[in-house]
Amino acid sequence: MKIIKMFPLVGNFAENKDLARDIRIKQIIPALEKKQEVTLDFKGVDSATQSFVHALISDLIRKFGSEVLDTIFFKNCSETIKEIVNIVVEYMQETE
Amino acid sequence: MKIHLPNSAFLGNIDPFLRAFDSSNPNELKITANKKWISVHPVVLSMVAALGLAVSKSNIQVEKLEATSKHYLERMNLFKFLGIKSDIKITEHEAAGRFIPVTQITSSQELTKFITEMIPLLHLDPKHVDPIRYIVSELVRNVIEHAQSKHGAILCAQYYKKSNTIRIGIADTGVGIKETINRAHNAPTNLDAIHLALMPGITGTTRREGGTEYNAGAGLFFIKSIAQVNRDFFMVYSGDAMYKLLKSTSKQHLILHADPFKDRHSAGENFPFWKGTVVGVDISLDATKEFSVLLDLIRKTYIQTVRERKKERYRRARFI
Repeated sequence: MKIIKMFPLVGNFAENKDLARDIRIKQIIPALEKKQEVTLDFKGVDSATQSFVHALISDLIRKFGSEVLDTIFFKNCSETIKEIVNIVVEYMQETE
Repeated sequence: MKIHLPNSAFLGNIDPFLRAFDSSNPNELKITANKKWISVHPVVLSMVAALGLAVSKSNIQVEKLEATSKHYLERMNLFKFLGIKSDIKITEHEAAGRFIPVTQITSSQELTKFITEMIPLLHLDPKHVDPIRYIVSELVRNVIEHAQSKHGAILCAQYYKKSNTIRIGIADTGVGIKETINRAHNAPTNLDAIHLALMPGITGTTRREGGTEYNAGAGLFFIKSIAQVNRDFFMVYSGDAMYKLLKSTSKQHLILHADPFKDRHSAGENFPFWKGTVVGVDISLDATKEFSVLLDLIRKTYIQTVRERKKERYRRARFI
C-alpha cells in the first residue's frame, strides 16, 4: 500500500492543478502499475477545487477503467472534498 | 480607449457603464469619473487596471478626480497599480476595511501564494472561506491556462458591510472566450461562446465528454452555480457579449440549470468590444449555504446533464 499524504504537498486548500498532475504522474500511476493499492490521505486539507481533483484522478479512471476505484482509497476527507471527489468520480464514469 | 467611473456601477446596474466604454484607440487610455460620488463594483476597478496594463504608462490620462469618495480608488491601489501619481491622501486612522486591492496574478505559483494570503485580508468566517477561495482560484486559473494574456489576471475584491456581501472582479486582456471555446466547439458569436463556456463539461480543450486529463470544462458552471445557490449576481463579459445571472428571491424555488439561458438572466450583444474576459461575482455572506450542501446540488445537475448529453448521442434502432 502506498500512502500519499496530501497536506505537505498541496497545503490546506488543494487547488494547484500542476501539483495534482505531478502527484498523479510521479506517485499514483507508478504505484498502480506495480499493482500497489494507493491511499490519498487528505488529513489537514480542508477543501479542494473540482479542477484539482479532476487533474488528480480523472485520467486514472480513463486509463485504468473504473476498477481503479477499488485500489485507490480517499482518507480523512472533509465533507467538501468528499463531494468533489464524488462529482469527478461520477462524471468520469458516466462519460466512459 | 475611454472609460468613465460612474456614480454607481454594481452588477445589477452595470450595463450603462459597459455600454459607455469606448474601446477605440487601443494604445491610449483616458479615465474620467463622476464629479460628485464614485461607488463601483471591484470588477470596474479590475477592468480599468487591466486596460491600464495594456497601454504604455505615458498614454494613460486620468482626469482630476473631484468625487468625495475618490479615496476608495487610492485605497484599492488603482493609481499605484497603473503607475500614476495621485494627490489623494489616506489618513492613517481611516479604517482599513476588508478588501483585496487591485492585484495582478500571472502564474500558478503566484495564485497559490495569493490564495493563502487573501483570506486574512477579508476576515472571513470559516464557513465563508470555501466558496470565496474556490471562486478566486478557478477564475484566475482559467485566465492563466486559457486567456493567453500577457498581463495575466487582474483582480480585486471588497466586503460591503451594509449588504454583508463580498464582491469580486477579475479581468484579463487575453484572447477572450470565443477564441478558446472555438478550439473545440462551434460558437459563431461571443454570446454563443459564453453560453457554451457556462455549460458543465464543455471545454475549449477537447470535444470529448469528461474533458482532458487536465480540463473538465466545469469551472464557470461551478461558479455560476455557487452564485445561484446563494441567489447572487454573476456576470461574464467577453468580446461584444455580456451574460448576467440575475438575483433570485428566496421565494423562488431553487433549480440549478445546466443551460445558463434557462436561469433568470440578462444577456446581450453589441456591447463595446472587450478583448479578453471580465467576470464579476457577488457572494452574500448571509445566504451562504454550507459548501458541501451546495456541491451536492451541483453534482446532481452535472451528472444529469452528462447523462442527457450521452443519451443524445445514442445510436437509434432502425425499424424497416
